[in-house]
Amino acid sequence: MSGADSAAALKARFGAAVTRVWESCGDTIVHVAGVRAHEILAWLRDDPTQRFDYLTDITCVDYRDIERPLEVCYQLRSLARKSDLRVKIELDKAQPLEVDSVYDLWKGADWVEREAFDMFGVAFRGHPDLRRILMWETFAEGYPLRKDFPLRGRFTRAEQTRQALGVNPEAHYSFEELGIAETWADLPADVQARLARGERGKVG
Amino acid sequence: MSTRTVEYRLTTPGLDAKGNVVQVPLGVPRTLDPDDDLHDEHMLINIGPQHPATHGVLRLVVELDGERVVKVIPHVGYLHSGFEKLGEYRHYNQIIPLTDRTDYLSPLSNNVCLALAAERLMGLEITERCRVLRVIACELSRIISHLVWIGTTGIDIGAFTPFLWTFQQRERVYNLVEAWTGARMTTSITRVGGMMADIPEGWEDSLREFCRTFPKVLVEVDTMFTRNAIWCGRNQGVGTISAEEAINYSLSGPMLRASGVAFDVRKDKPYLGYERYDFDVPVGQHGDCYDRYLCRMEEMYQSVRILEQALAELKPGPLNVDDHRVILPPKSRTMTDMEAMIHHFKQVMDGVPAPVGEAYVSIENPKGELGYYFVSDGTAKPVRWRIRPPSFINLASLPHLCEGALLSDVIAINASVDIVMGEIDR
Repeated sequence: MSGADSAAALKARFGAAVTRVWESCGDTIVHVAGVRAHEILAWLRDDPTQRFDYLTDITCVDYRDIERPLEVCYQLRSLARKSDLRVKIELDKAQPLEVDSVYDLWKGADWVEREAFDMFGVAFRGHPDLRRILMWETFAEGYPLRKDFPLRGRFTRAEQTRQALGVNPEAHYSFEELGIAETWADLPADVQARLARGERGKVG
Repeated sequence: MSTRTVEYRLTTPGLDAKGNVVQVPLGVPRTLDPDDDLHDEHMLINIGPQHPATHGVLRLVVELDGERVVKVIPHVGYLHSGFEKLGEYRHYNQIIPLTDRTDYLSPLSNNVCLALAAERLMGLEITERCRVLRVIACELSRIISHLVWIGTTGIDIGAFTPFLWTFQQRERVYNLVEAWTGARMTTSITRVGGMMADIPEGWEDSLREFCRTFPKVLVEVDTMFTRNAIWCGRNQGVGTISAEEAINYSLSGPMLRASGVAFDVRKDKPYLGYERYDFDVPVGQHGDCYDRYLCRMEEMYQSVRILEQALAELKPGPLNVDDHRVILPPKSRTMTDMEAMIHHFKQVMDGVPAPVGEAYVSIENPKGELGYYFVSDGTAKPVRWRIRPPSFINLASLPHLCEGALLSDVIAINASVDIVMGEIDR
């Protein structure tokens, strides 16, 4: 059973939720509606004829054409059947970029979803720990892999250096970590205030 | 949890008072008893980013109950260079130097994967000689990557000597790589549709000599480690992950196979004609650090087997595809022939356009499944270049692997994941 057969089975089962099926360079690509994506991915994982038990990758594509929607791509694999399938969700950039997390289906989604959030600003609903991963948490310039993000960043070199030098050593720990060490209460009031003011935490 | 009860006879047997050979029971399963809690304040330990056992700029924040790990929070991104963004501003051939710098412990196979992905996108069929040379490049990089892994893991666990042996062998491979590519780490050996250079004269004999003598060093490392009581004690039953979990965590490469899942991209989705080579894929049973070590050791022997077969298959013939829209014409012709000069100019200035479409190509890298995903809008620069980084996805399982382990196990487990920060942070 090849990727094309899986696509046909999806079309038969979910009908209009499967918006487009096409092939490129031997890969089968299925576009599905964002609202039903989690249900479809869960079916692909659990259905005995499909068994896409391995999540190879999650990533996003932002096209140079600013009119085109941003895509979230799930690269799936069935280890038993040695078959691959790419499932895509299109997100309208005028709306909030949100999809359901598939962390409950594949634990491997943890870091790749965090990276997609970090680089494209796509919020994965239900992800247990959606934080920036490659960029630092106080990074305030936006989402680097979007096409509207300039190659050298939004801030000037001077501003980037000023921010890097101005970071508090305490800010390298998250609230959660400081809570574990029970040191939050021991911090001086001015440090607490600086941390709470947004040395870290909220981004974007 | 592993339930191995095998007793290992020491390689250099000690004798007890009655003159009997001492046998060491190993792999005592460690269980985390919920009543084990010391009911004291938990301690927070920061390891890295500047720490020799984190293999680069990885930072681990470890919550400890006594010596028992409650939670590990990895922090990555200190080496983030934005390669994927940079790739969107470059022609396909210009991306190849970036791939050297992602997994810098196996640059050759990264080059190969990028060329394969771009060729799939453009629908190019490479020549037979190029295919064999790329297999040689892939297997050489598997050997050097695993040699670094064994050496540094040995140091993490307290064995210094094998590090010197493995790095000496790695140096031999680097000499071969240098003779072929002119560089030791930043090789950039492939081009879309071919190779940057053919192997120099006499290179095959040097490689044959390496294949003949290298396994002897592996045997020495094997003697030092495989039945070494400390090595077994530090690795067996540590960082265990079951087959179902390994699949669920999207592990790949030796991490996946050590858990008993026989998936190898070379066997299951063959590329470069790997289906014609006779080699075995080692699969573990226990999914612990020790089985990951065994898998990687065996993979090096198998790589030597593949190298020997590839050398036998290597026949004279054209190296690059015969298409001067893709491959630069020889410099001598560029200077004398108008058409060749135009091809040269077009390629250097405009690059090679790829048709509209997208391709995901994965290869079995030393660290796991490396995938390059290209999206093209018909221009010479990709819209999106995604790296599926094997060690990034493998490292994501670290908090799970370390649950209930000891602090010293964190070092062994982290070493067994075989990470390279250039690839994790990209």
